[in-house]
Amino acid sequence: MGIVQYVAKRLGLFLAVLFIGLTITFFLPRLMPVNPIDGYISQLMSLSSGSLSSEAVAELRVNLEELYGLKGDLLSQYVSYLERVLLRFDFGPSFAYYPATVSDVVLNALPWTLALLLTTTVLGWALGNMVGLVAGYFHTKRLATLLEIVGILIYPIPYYILAVSVILLFAYVFPVFPLSATFPVGEMSLNKLGLILYNAFLPALALVLAGFGWNILSMKALAIATTEEPYVTYARLKGASNWTRMTRYVFRNAMLPQVTALALSIGTIFNGALLTEIIFSYPGVGLIMRTAATGGDYNVLYGVITISIIAVATAGLIIDLIYPLLDPRIRHK
Amino acid sequence: MTQDAMALPTTRSGLRWRELYWLVNLRLAIGLTIVLILAVGSLVLPLFNTVDPSVQASYWKNLPPSFKHLLGTNALGQDTFWYLVYSVRNSLVLGFVVAIGVTVISTIVGLSAGYIGGSFERVVMLVVDTFITIPLLPILIILGAVIRGSSTFLTVGLVIIIFGWAWGARTVRSMALTLREREFINMARFSGANTLQILVSEIFPYVSAFLLVGFINTVLFAINTEATLAVIGLSKVEVPTLGSIIFWALSYNAMFTGNYIWIVAPIVTTVVLFLGLFLTSTGFNAAFATKRGVA
Amino acid sequence: MIRLNNVVVTYRTSRGSINAVDGVSLEIPDGCVVGIAGESGCGKSTLMKLIYGDVTSPMSLSSGSIDYGFENDKGAPITSANIREQWFKRISYIPQSSMNSLNPVARVGTQFIDFPGSDPDKKRVMEKVRGYIGKLGLPPETLDAYPHQLSGGMRQRVMIALATFFQPELILADEPTTALDVVVQKEILLLLMDLQEQMKNTILIVSHDMGVHYQTTQRMLIMYAAKAAEYGDSEKIFRDPLHPYTRMLISSLPAIGDDRARQGISGTPPSLWGQLTGCRFAARCPLATDKCRAEEPAFIEHRPGQFAACHYAGTEITQTGDGQWQ
Repeated sequence: MGIVQYVAKRLGLFLAVLFIGLTITFFLPRLMPVNPIDGYISQLMSLSSGSLSSEAVAELRVNLEELYGLKGDLLSQYVSYLERVLLRFDFGPSFAYYPATVSDVVLNALPWTLALLLTTTVLGWALGNMVGLVAGYFHTKRLATLLEIVGILIYPIPYYILAVSVILLFAYVFPVFPLSATFPVGEMSLNKLGLILYNAFLPALALVLAGFGWNILSMKALAIATTEEPYVTYARLKGASNWTRMTRYVFRNAMLPQVTALALSIGTIFNGALLTEIIFSYPGVGLIMRTAATGGDYNVLYGVITISIIAVATAGLIIDLIYPLLDPRIRHK
Repeated sequence: MTQDAMALPTTRSGLRWRELYWLVNLRLAIGLTIVLILAVGSLVLPLFNTVDPSVQASYWKNLPPSFKHLLGTNALGQDTFWYLVYSVRNSLVLGFVVAIGVTVISTIVGLSAGYIGGSFERVVMLVVDTFITIPLLPILIILGAVIRGSSTFLTVGLVIIIFGWAWGARTVRSMALTLREREFINMARFSGANTLQILVSEIFPYVSAFLLVGFINTVLFAINTEATLAVIGLSKVEVPTLGSIIFWALSYNAMFTGNYIWIVAPIVTTVVLFLGLFLTSTGFNAAFATKRGVA
Repeated sequence: MIRLNNVVVTYRTSRGSINAVDGVSLEIPDGCVVGIAGESGCGKSTLMKLIYGDVTSPMSLSSGSIDYGFENDKGAPITSANIREQWFKRISYIPQSSMNSLNPVARVGTQFIDFPGSDPDKKRVMEKVRGYIGKLGLPPETLDAYPHQLSGGMRQRVMIALATFFQPELILADEPTTALDVVVQKEILLLLMDLQEQMKNTILIVSHDMGVHYQTTQRMLIMYAAKAAEYGDSEKIFRDPLHPYTRMLISSLPAIGDDRARQGISGTPPSLWGQLTGCRFAARCPLATDKCRAEEPAFIEHRPGQFAACHYAGTEITQTGDGQWQ
């Protein structure tokens, strides 16, 4: 199919997924066994030790229902929900950080998450694929088997273990980095940037390692298979150098399925990033979620889920749109 | 080829063992050994134990390892070794239960979507893609916030099943797609079998090899997810699991207080268990590939 | 003049070793189009690889040598040891599966300059190529296209362009027409012959299709079970072959006006494992005697310019009505 059809199809899929995801998120709070309004009101009442009159409570409840969009029948709620979220990015006020809205809180934390996520994903993918490429291209050498074993050892280790191990190793056994990170907020300065990088190094390391292992293994297998293709053999018989064959022939072709795999694993990577943020107290979306969870700030929680779905779907779309740039067979005819 | 695979159960048992030799390779051997040791150990050992390891203040705090307490005790007065044993058991049980649920759902969805095709498939795959996009962790965090303390341990498992079947469905469906056009399927179709019969008697045996590998991977995924939730304190952390033990160790700053074993032991155990599961999974994969003749 | 001196190519495997080419000697004059024919497994592809210099373990040239007849830049004669440096400079190769021999993600043009070649100035080379491909019937846009956008015939022309534009002395073509339909086959062959006439280089064509050999070659080598069975002027071979195997091969070609049933040659070539005594064709040969089975025939010049390995070279054999030979 032509490139226009490809883009249209991907875009359509993206919108459909987004739509269904938002619908699920809409129903989620209504399916929970605990009514968030009740929960909040009981929290408030315990905090104010009973000094609220019943009228005040009733009024509060009405206000909250309106805020939550729980007034009216299901259909009008749904429509107003969609309108609020898609057009105005309004998820309501945050309970914990009142009067800041959810979007304020989340948009504050989002750049941190994105910065960490993007750099570590790209690094992990690139490094892992490069190592895998070399291991696969020279798969008869002993070094290749060694690299594969490294991949096998790292790959099954889950994010949280990696995070905790990294802390153990580099903040405790070899106290190079801080045990608990502190991140300066507010205005950015060069000094602050250095401090941020220093504190962010460990979580970044954990995330890079997590993605590293899988890419080594899969790339190695792909590289071995690609090296046996007729066009690589022909390049050899033309006298093309090892470097040319490895990069322009094997890598350029083997990386295509790797890009697709990356798109499919964005959800997992995102999960891992959130978790790592929580463990390292990194001021990103993950930490916001954790605090909101203990604080009963449901608006924030649902807002984060919606934004997560949008983020993951968008990332997938972007990668899908980049793919034709890499594969001329999709791009032309 | 597939007919041969299915001939296995019907030959005499003497031949059967010899015909299974293709199954053995180094990865599989190591992986299975690890998993079996951990599984059997964690299931059998508790039979010899009388004290509930999750009860706090059963012993003096932070005792070093000794014969009575093989890994010492922790800051909550629990025996670290027994807590770990029960953790492994609970994690494995959860992993298995979830994996069964996920595999059943994803197989049904994937096979029917791939085989029936048409708009049914398109709609189903749209739902699948959506579920793949929804990141599991935020949902679990919400669940943890809402249900914390008022649910059972297995509710977490239920949520994992609900949101975790999508990946498997995708894989099964692409397999079903290729199979739909294969010769032996067409033969069955022409001989009058209906869709259900074909699914069960022809497609399923072929697919079962991949299902086994997928099952093991799902066990890994489930244990991982529950532990992830536990580590950040949003699961039922009173129940010993591989995740909750790390949670407690972190909360009580095991590193600061010098009780390294409390945090290192579960890390090592988790890594070993996951390594074992991974090796078993790839080992089966390699074995099946050799049998099919593509390796 | 390319001279093969009793070359033996051995494959070493865990089961033991076999000689895929077992003592072949011949001379190929310059500017000649030579065809190499034979059944699969006879050793013709291995011989090609040897001549090209693509000998990597587990394959090795265990005895014998090749004189290529030209020298490198430093004046030293080219042998199997240094022929590699001449790849796509003085010697080139047209692969069998041209469909898949081009990098799918790179434009066709770049694939003319992504190897060392004889001219380090890539720009100059590209200009030359642009001018050259018109001669092969390829529009200039071909260089900017990706391989999947070209038809099979066009791709094969690109392979020929790649193999010829720097005017090598020796071109090796491995089944250049097998993957193509008959009409395109003819075009490709004509193109190859055209270029050869202009450039006067030596071309070796491996094909199992006797028709290709008939149309294009001046000399022919028939191989059987890793040995040379017959070699000489193509026309003479087709008219009056020396070796019974050749005779049977040629008669498998259909001819207009001859509507006899075509028969394949019954039986299979002998396995190359283990010791082989006597003539390797003896098991399937209608002329075989005890002498044939005991003593291996030498590859000698039975007629001027025609070589064969047969004790009874030149003996007539005919086919009966039902296809049996005698």
